[in-house]
Amino acid sequence: MGWLAVGAALLMVAIGTALLIRAWPILRSHPLKELLLGRTWHPLQGAFGFWPFIVGTLWVTALAMAIAVPLCTLCAIYLAEYAPSAVQRAVKPLIDLLAGIPSVVYGLWGVLAVVPLIREHVGPWMDRHLGHVAFFSTAANPTGYGVLAGGIILAVMVFPIIVSVMEEVLRSVPDGLREAALALGVTRWIMVRKVLLRRALPGVIAAIVLGFSRAFGETMAVLMVVGNVPQVPLSIFDAAYPLTALIANNYGEMMSVPLYDAALMAAGLVLLLVVLVFNVLAQVILRRMKKMA
Amino acid sequence: MMKRNTLWRLEETVMKVLMSGATALALGCLLLILGAVVWKGLPAMNLDMVTQPPQGGYYTGAGGGILNAILGSLCLALGATVVALVLGVPIALYLQIYAGRSRLVELVRLALDVLWGIPSIVYGAFGFSLMLLMGLRASLLGGIIALSLVELPIMCRAIEEVLKMVPFELTESAYALGTTRWEVAWKVMVRQALPGLTSAILLAFGRGIGDAASVLFTAGYTDHLPTSLLRPVASLPLAVFFQLATPFPAVQERAYASALVLTAIVLLISVLSRLASNRLSRYVVK
Repeated sequence: MGWLAVGAALLMVAIGTALLIRAWPILRSHPLKELLLGRTWHPLQGAFGFWPFIVGTLWVTALAMAIAVPLCTLCAIYLAEYAPSAVQRAVKPLIDLLAGIPSVVYGLWGVLAVVPLIREHVGPWMDRHLGHVAFFSTAANPTGYGVLAGGIILAVMVFPIIVSVMEEVLRSVPDGLREAALALGVTRWIMVRKVLLRRALPGVIAAIVLGFSRAFGETMAVLMVVGNVPQVPLSIFDAAYPLTALIANNYGEMMSVPLYDAALMAAGLVLLLVVLVFNVLAQVILRRMKKMA
Repeated sequence: MMKRNTLWRLEETVMKVLMSGATALALGCLLLILGAVVWKGLPAMNLDMVTQPPQGGYYTGAGGGILNAILGSLCLALGATVVALVLGVPIALYLQIYAGRSRLVELVRLALDVLWGIPSIVYGAFGFSLMLLMGLRASLLGGIIALSLVELPIMCRAIEEVLKMVPFELTESAYALGTTRWEVAWKVMVRQALPGLTSAILLAFGRGIGDAASVLFTAGYTDHLPTSLLRPVASLPLAVFFQLATPFPAVQERAYASALVLTAIVLLISVLSRLASNRLSRYVVK
């Protein structure tokens, strides 16, 4: 049983090694700088620049976090500090349910509801009022499939993860601190803002980091709504092409073009390394917090 | 001049509204998603969808259904859950009973938590490289391998949480009767943890059946019903994905119906898991 446990831990090393071996041909023939910062993606001509895909992933993920983090923080504080226990008992299973919905169903919802909403209402409105700012222009892509749609879907998808970790962190703050603050006559929210959030800050950040890395690696839902054009987006309405979508979209044809499969595996390796670093960071912070409590 | 007290009150009220608003928004999204799936899926639903495999010309609008994907998904998720369970129970028991509080155990726990966060497309790519190594083509077996890797960390951590809840006094009294750790593990802890174990299994199964990115490379897709471990197999998430990607509205409607089937299965499992943990907890020493 011990060996099995150690084996599970070594699985991570095995995944890394396998991807590295499969990506090796391209890592050897192309300098890392050209791969990561190159802007042209022409597998047939041997040009494998990941830059548009990396930027695409970052745009979608950053937008998702910008939407999700304030909402999640509010929701977690509500559930941990304010909600009556009946509300807690009713809400938590529903949030768990949100976590269990398959990603293609999120994607389908994006195609059916979010994309048309952006195309018909959000896009035109933004373009009328803020269109002169490139960041909000729909000129290049009025279809609705783009960074904003991906960001909204991802924000809903990471919501349950961030909320459940954050709520647990907030609950782990000792009651003594709460009572001491309330005894000084401040309102509950002031106590939350000045005592609770300060004490729980590392854990709150860890929860956000976990959500970020989940969003970073999400594939199917994003792939279905983000437009998949290999370019560096300039506006939140532009189409993007995240790394995960690159891998998923091209698995069929990758065997016929030389180095193509190595390039896709290299993309997987980039994904793995980023997620690994973020996850280890978040988990170590959370463990520290647990020990302190 | 406004008193500080009044300001605080105001802030309190505003934040309360914002907080309940954020929570309501999340629940609203859940409702909207389920509503959209039911509203779009139900009209496209019929008996053929769940009892027939696709017939010739299905992807341009001819007759048939998605029985291939339903059975395929059940096979994939069932296989992966069995593998993850067989590997996961010993790992969780080891972490909880045998190892005490050593550095190694902490490291394995950390590794499992991190594995939980690894995107399923990476598991798919890893499974695909494993299959190349073993000379395996896209098949049910390949899909089960990749999917069981996705499920393993979920299963291990969920089971361990369950084992943690077993009262300390219970295991201590078992030890006092002269039992071995092996007996305590399998006869006391596993039995005591049965309700939670059932929910852990259902949780992993539910996660497995909805996962698309890991089976995309490894299980492939086919119009035939699953017959062999070494043949490609269809799955519900990919059925939704592929049908939605066709240009024919009639086929896209089938994607909605497929999504309805998938969502219904996932919801059913989630309800079952709650029921199971309530029902089975009758047999537990409190």
